[in-house]
This record gives sequence, C-alpha cells and structure tokens, in this order.
Amino acid sequence: MITRDEVLHVARLARLELSEDEIEPMARELSAVSDYVATIAELDLDGVPPTSHVVDISGALRADEPRECLPREEALDQAPSAGEDGFLVPSPQAG
Amino acid sequence: MSAGLLELGAAAARAEIDAGRLSAAELFDFYRDRAAADRDADGSGLGCFTWVAAEAPAGARDGSPPLAGVPLAVKDLFCTRGVPSQSGSRILEGYLPPYTATVVSRLAEAGAPLFAKTNQDEFAMGSSTENSGFGPSRNPWDRDRVPGGSSGGSAAAVAAGLAPWALGTDTGGSIRQPAALCGIVGMKPTYGSVSRYGMIAFASSLDQAGPLTRDVGDAALLLLHMVGRDPCDATSLEFPGSLATPTAERLDGVRLGVPGELSGEGIEAGVLDAFNAALEQARGLGAEITGVTLPHAPHALAAYYVIAPAEASSNLARFDGVRYGMRHIDDARPEDLVAMYTRTRHDGFGPEVKRRVMLGTYALSSGYYDAYYGRAQQVRTKIAEDFRAAFEEVDLIVTPTAPTVAFELGEKTGDPLAMYLNDYCTVPMSLAGIPAISIPCGLSEGLPVGIQIAGPAFSDARVLDAAHALEGALGFDGSAALV
Amino acid sequence: MSEAAAGNGAAPGGLEAVIGLEIHVQLATATKMFCSCALSFGEPPNTHTCPVCLGLPGSLPVANARAVHFGLMIGLALGSELAPRSIFHRKNYFYPDLPKGYQISQYDEPLCLGGALGEVRIHRVHLEEDAAKLIHVGASGRIHGSDASLVDFNRGGTPLAEIVTEPDLRTPEQAGEWLRLLRTTLRALGVSDVNMEEGSLRCDANISLRPAGSGQLGVKTELKNMNSFRFIERGIKAEIARQAKVIETGGTVVQETLHFDPDSGAITSLRSKEEAHDYRYFPEPDLLPVTIEPAMLEQARAAMPELPAQRAQRLTAELGLSEDSARALAFRGELAPYFEAALAAGADPAPEPQALANWVTVELLPRLQDGEDPGGSRVAPAALAELVGLVGAKRVSVGAARQVLDRLVSDGGDAGAIVEQEGLGAIGGGEELEAVVAAAIAANADAAERVRQGNAKAIGPIVGQVMRETKGRADGTEVASLINAQLGV
Ligand SMILES: [Mg+2]
Ligand SMILES: [Zn+2]
Repeated sequence: MITRDEVLHVARLARLELSEDEIEPMARELSAVSDYVATIAELDLDGVPPTSHVVDISGALRADEPRECLPREEALDQAPSAGEDGFLVPSPQAG
Repeated sequence: MSAGLLELGAAAARAEIDAGRLSAAELFDFYRDRAAADRDADGSGLGCFTWVAAEAPAGARDGSPPLAGVPLAVKDLFCTRGVPSQSGSRILEGYLPPYTATVVSRLAEAGAPLFAKTNQDEFAMGSSTENSGFGPSRNPWDRDRVPGGSSGGSAAAVAAGLAPWALGTDTGGSIRQPAALCGIVGMKPTYGSVSRYGMIAFASSLDQAGPLTRDVGDAALLLLHMVGRDPCDATSLEFPGSLATPTAERLDGVRLGVPGELSGEGIEAGVLDAFNAALEQARGLGAEITGVTLPHAPHALAAYYVIAPAEASSNLARFDGVRYGMRHIDDARPEDLVAMYTRTRHDGFGPEVKRRVMLGTYALSSGYYDAYYGRAQQVRTKIAEDFRAAFEEVDLIVTPTAPTVAFELGEKTGDPLAMYLNDYCTVPMSLAGIPAISIPCGLSEGLPVGIQIAGPAFSDARVLDAAHALEGALGFDGSAALV
Repeated sequence: MSEAAAGNGAAPGGLEAVIGLEIHVQLATATKMFCSCALSFGEPPNTHTCPVCLGLPGSLPVANARAVHFGLMIGLALGSELAPRSIFHRKNYFYPDLPKGYQISQYDEPLCLGGALGEVRIHRVHLEEDAAKLIHVGASGRIHGSDASLVDFNRGGTPLAEIVTEPDLRTPEQAGEWLRLLRTTLRALGVSDVNMEEGSLRCDANISLRPAGSGQLGVKTELKNMNSFRFIERGIKAEIARQAKVIETGGTVVQETLHFDPDSGAITSLRSKEEAHDYRYFPEPDLLPVTIEPAMLEQARAAMPELPAQRAQRLTAELGLSEDSARALAFRGELAPYFEAALAAGADPAPEPQALANWVTVELLPRLQDGEDPGGSRVAPAALAELVGLVGAKRVSVGAARQVLDRLVSDGGDAGAIVEQEGLGAIGGGEELEAVVAAAIAANADAAERVRQGNAKAIGPIVGQVMRETKGRADGTEVASLINAQLGV
C-alpha cells in the first residue's frame, strides 16, 4: 500500500500539486497498479541484462557544424511571460 | 464526383489524380469540408479533429509527387509549424510550434499535405481517446462506444471516411488497438524505422509513428514515404531492404505462430471466434499455423506500465510553464517558483497523465529503481529473447489485436487497470521493438475485430505482404462506418 | 599521493584535510552538446537557441561528435581507461535554467574511468550539457507584481566535460597548484578556453577532515562553483578551518553543499528547504550508447600534443633543467615553446639551458605586463638566447644584461647590437678596471679602512661606485676580488 506521505513525497518530486480530494484516490490507484506491476518481482531474472534500447545501432553522432538558430521573437513567441529578450520566471531566490 | 470520392481509398485517389481524372485541390476540399463538418457538429459528431485547415496549402506542388496530393490527417502530437500541436493536453492548448515533425514534412514533400489534426488521449496515455483534454472521440460503428486509443481520432476519422488516411503513434498499441476497434488497418513499424523528431514524446524507447488506413495497400504506400534515417533522431536508421506496395495473394509455406499466452485467457469469446475464423482463412491461403510460446509475454504489460510511465514522467517534466503552454501563477504567491510549477502542472494535466507521472516518478525514485525500472528492463530483454526464439520456429506471429471489441464510453474510465488490459496483446511487440499490423478480420456483435500480425525487426515488408494476402481472403466490409 | 606529501596538511590539531575536486570544463566545440546551435560568446540573450536546446516538445538530442573526440583526448591525457561503450543518463530535477526538466549527463558508465595527473588520481571523466543562465532582473521584469528572473538559453546545452578526482589532495595550496597543471594540460590539448573568470573552467571541492595518518574518510562537504584559483585556495582554507572548529568544539560535520563568498570570506549552506535531491537517473532513451570505434580512438591519439607533465620530464631528462625550472616552463602553456625556440635559435655563444630557463622565468616574465605571453612581447627568442649566451661567456655582466633586457622589452631589437651601441660590453680585468677600483677605494677611505680591519660587509659602497663608474659592465665577483687584493685582505 502506498501511503499518503509517499504520494505527497512523489508529488513533490514530480512538481505536481494534488488537491486534498486527489490524494487518497491517487494512493489507492497507485497501490493497485504497483501491486500489479510488482508481479515481475516473482520472475527469476538473475544475470539478465537490462534493455534500454531495442535498436542495436551505434555511432549516431552529429558533426560539429553550426546550423541556423531560431530568431529570438520565434523562440519567445509561445512563452506565457517574456520580456523583449528573454523568458520571465519567478525568481528562484525569492520565496 | 463527390459521392464517388468517398469510396476511393488513398491509393485509388492517387491513381485518379495521376490519371488526370481528379484534382488534388478537389480532393483536399472534399476532406477538409467533411472534417470541418465533424468538428463543427460538436456533441453530435465523432470528435475526431482538433484542427482543420482553413484552405488548401498555397502553391500546389508542380510535377507529380509520389503521393499526388492525397491529403493527410495527423495526430495532434505531431508538431506542425504554426498549427496547434497540443498532444491532447490542456497544458499545450493553442500551442504553435516553430517547427514541423520530420515525418510530417517528409509526407508533405511526397505529396500528402496536412489537412487536419486528430484527437487523441492526452500525451497518448490511454486506450479510448476519452483522456483528451478536448473531449472524447467516438466510434463510427457505434457512437456510444470508444474508438480505442490513443490514436482514436485518426482511427475514427479514417473509418468514417473523414480522412483518406492518417498518421498515428503507437507506444503500447495506440495505432493497432484503435485500428482494430474501428475496423481499419493500423501499423506500428519496427522501432527506429521512422523518425520521432517532432513527435511530442510519451515513452521515447517505445514511441513509433505509423499509418492508419482503410486497407493494407494504403498503409504500405504511406509507410514507404515515412521510413528512413533522420539526422535529428539518433535512434532512427536507414531502413534496411526495401518496402513496396504489397501484392501477395497467397500465404503458401508461410509459418504463422499463434502464441497461447496471447490468444486464450482474457480474450473475449466473440473476438476469439473472429480470430480463429481468420486463421482458417489463412490456412486456406496455404499458411502453416502452429502454436508458439512467448513465456514472458504475460509479464509484458507489467513491465510496460513501469517503463512507459517512467519515461513519461521525465518527458513531461518540460511542461513547467516557462517557455510555452499553460502557466498558473498563484495570485497569493506570485513569487513562489515551486508553486508556479506545481499549480501549472496540477491545472494542465488530466487525471490519467497525473497518475502516470506519479507512477513513473515513484518507479524511478530512490530505493525503488531496481525493483521497478531495473527489473522491467530485464523483463524487456526476456520478451525480446522470447520473440527471437519464436521466430526461429515461425515466420510471423498472429494474435487478436485487442482482447475486446469497442467498449462503451465511460465503461472503464474509473478503473485504470481494466483500461490498461486493452494493451495486453500489443505491448509485447512494442517492448521488443518489432513491426506489427492490425487488420480487420470480422465482426463480433456488430463491432469490428482486429487480427495482429507481427514479424522480426525490419520484416515490415513481409508483415505487409501477409496482411495483404489475408485481407484479400477476409474481404472485410467497413462501409457501414462511413458517414 | 605519497605520505610525505600528505603529511604536512594545513589542518590544525593533528587533523589532516582530504580534498577531492570536481571540475566542469566547457569544451571548445563549434556547436552545443546535443544540437547544432553555435556556442554563444556574450551575444544578446536567447539568440542562440533551437527547438532542442529550448526543450520544445518533440525535439530530440543528437550528441556532438567533436565533444566525444575532446572527451577522449582528455581521457588520453589523464591516462584514463576509455570506455568502449558509455551511456548517457537523464538527471531529473526542476529548475528554470534546465529546459527539459532533466540534464543529459553520464552516470554509471562514463566515457573515461580512472587515470592520474601528477600525484592526483582521476576518478572519472564524463560528458554532459551545461544549464542555461538565470539573470535576476528584479522590478524591471515583474510577474504579477513580484520580482522576476530572466532565462537566457544561449549557454544552455554547451558541452561540458566533468573531471572528478579521487580525494588525493591534502592542502589548499596543493589543490590550487594541481588545478593549474590541469588547466595547462587542457589548454595544451586545445579542448577548452579554460578561462575561470569566464566560467569555462569551474571547480567544486569536496572537503573532509580526519586524524592525520588515518586511513578513514570523514564526513565531507561540497564547496560549490569557485571561479578563480585564489578563491579556490581561500575557500578550501576557510572550510578546513570551519570543520576543524566544529570538531574541536565537540560537534560533528554534516554533509552539505556550501557556498564560499570571496568578499566576506563567509561560508554558507546551500541546502534548500526541500528534501535531499532524488535525481531519478535512468538511461537516456533518446540517445544510443556511445561506442568508441577504432577510428575515433585513432583520431584522438593523433590529435594529442605533448602534455605539460611529459614536457617537464623531457626538459629535465634532455636538457638537465632542475625539476622546478622544468615545471615552471612546462606548466605555463606559452613558456616552454618560447624557451625551446630560444634554445633552437642558434645563438653564438650558445646559452646554457638552465641559465636560459632562469632568464625566461626569473628575469623576462616579471618584466612583462601581467599575464603577457613572452611570445607576444618584443623580446625575440633569439635575442634573449644571444644575451644569455653573452652572459655565460662573461662578455656581458649580469647587471649589464639586465639593462639590455629592459631595452629589449621596451623596444625589441638585437641583444648584441644593444651591447655594442651602449658600450655595455664587460670590462674584463686588466688595467682599466684596476684603475677604476683604485679610484673607488680612494673615494671611500672610511669603508676601505673598515674592510682592512676585517669588516667584509663594508665593501658595498666601494663596489657600488665601481659599478656606477662602469655602468654595470664589470663582473661583480671580479670587482670584489680586485678590491680585496688592492686592500691586501
Ligand atoms: Mg555535472
Ligand atoms: Zn540549440
């Protein structure tokens, strides 16, 4: 069972606010899914290497050659808050 | 000619344009108008589209591009320059990217211009398209039922004749399952064969773009112009061998393996009946049907529901209210950066996305990595090994695509695990990165059933060939879904 | 590290400091680590961005081949084991300067493992991307009435090599000295601008104390982001003192991240209210493992220059320079080439190598503007070589040679010609010098008397007058012996 505290800890890591009425159902649903996925714990997987990539190719490196950048207006165009030359955020030092 | 246009598949329409009997502009307008009507019908439509072009793209291409101008509907999550690309999420409402996904540009270059963006589950997380931030899509076979997901808008649009063909993406079954539920063809190519650049990511090691079409020939034609290495996607590669429009009509000597793990328990009786009937047809075409075993396939879903949410939790971290999309600043705490993050993500993400972000964060967090993510990646190795062993015995593997026919809207939204089981038969192929297609193989209770055909990595052409032969014998009629 | 070197730690009270460094090196590639944006050098904010380095939805990273090449060169220079296959991971955390919500870095399978530079062992070298820059703009960029920061993504995605040492350093001075060697090595490799003030070389230090000679490690603290050699030494010194005080007063040192303020000398904790970071590392699915093909390795090997440590050894072995001189020349990138050019200039008489080395480091360098490269000065290597050769042959006195060098520094030119023009050639013995000496003794009768009575030091004023009269052309030792001879002592 995933506890309320664990849910809040994970939510903090994920930078996700959960309203009071979301916490308990989240704990329940996460518990159900994690119980289900925990069935893989029963498998004997000693010595089995993990697979993080299914494509077996290598050397997909990029030549160090510059390409054109985005015009600044375009880079800033979709920002919820921007000055003329940059994105604006609440100061991390504050609060 | 309009009534006739609807009957034309994409390849047939292309032939008409090439022959000078149809203009690309006329075809574009025909589908544009149909899509716009569905969009404007609000609740009474199918809810397939999140955007429809106002007009045909200026300056129709000279010469005759290979796809002749047959217009393309594209899942919302493909970035399209200056056109809303929202991945079904309110957090990206109205987002206009400054660039276009490689595969969409390639297809436009090849003569398949974008005419509409299609609805989907938010960030492709779902199997019903009910998790869209812009309302659900409906199944044209029965509007009270889901079209499947997450590429449900694309599947429903193609099935209903609102698009000649469409692009979807498949992470654990998101092309194949909606194709099955809507009675059309959907293919997930070998992982790495199609560029992911510009696809708003769900789970990077699994996501792959693919075609949703009315028949196998159209699927092959579209895929032909999608594959190939993209220098902007390090995981993409030059497609080995060649893809061509399939012509096979027989399955003589083709060994089809039926894995017991994916074709018995948990599969609805009506689905199994249609599946078995299709196997009989295949036998009639000369195929050899044998049982195979994929011992770890029953654990694929569990592994998938660790790996996909883990990658997703990281992929979705960029939605932070800084550079694009929604931002929620709490008026009471305007100086609080963390509050900006947490409120923005609280308001912008729907319940299923929150669930998976939480699940993925949990699975990667300190103390849990080995038990969850690490083990899931080991299971992935075993599943890939199972397939390799099976393909020593048989040429292709066949299963039902989805355990059930289309279910009712709202039926599974309260039970995440029940919803996840939709992917039971499709997820093993995703984890192994191998190509798989779903083609309609009959009806159960008046609703379409899909059969899945999978092959070894980069056997996409063989998969398409077998699907083409079987499709011919099955003679599925999807016209009942046309609107 | 030898026990002898470790023995004289700066920590008081029978404690010794154990210091390890983590150095972030900005690589001098043309483009960023994972996208094709040109690196930025002070251009207006947000003019060097693209979908990849802005973390736009759907964008994907592709690793820069030259960054990998530079990483391999660093590994070769440090004698590391180069991993045939290394993996990029995602390091997940939220901060406005991190557009994707994760940094792509290497974690448990880095590009280079192990190695050593000088007496310090290397733990690992890995590649990663730099963060963007946050600029506090205060009231001018208010959001909902509150102060704001501006995010500039120009720097975001700049390739970094992170070099992590083993905790082999024992004193702040040793740390500073070693870091200078590292910087020279990196400069010789040409992989970075290695400019601390501009942030292309940034250093964190891990510091712990233990009873001197103990094999155990104490609790360490991490001193973040010091951006000059002086601050590094001062910061480490201050942290050692702080920890020693904690221990001496019966407290325990807690593991934390600290900031050293060079203005006040104060050390403050950077620990946020949040719980300790949980970075949720996992292999980056968008990038395949980096496999080092034989051709890449060959290319890196072929690009390797002679490294400072090798050069110092060669200067000692081949030219018989003292170890100190050899290091003084080799560890400052531009000195050794100048020295070798002078040696090879064919001056006649040829300078003796050790003497030439001394003239470069002790005489020439202090005469140049702070930090000026001798190669860029007016003193041609051949001119210095000739001058040192003339001194060695006693054809110019040391004092006169210093005057010649002053002229060379200000005007350039040919050493022999200046000696000629100014009549600075040595007065070799003989009647001319005898006469000058006699005159000087006569003019300093008091001093002469005291020398006769056994006060050797009283000779100074007499020598001084001889030197003035000869404009420094006379050899000091010879003058002294002539004076003594004439005074009969
Ligand atoms: Mg680092
Ligand atoms: Zn960039």
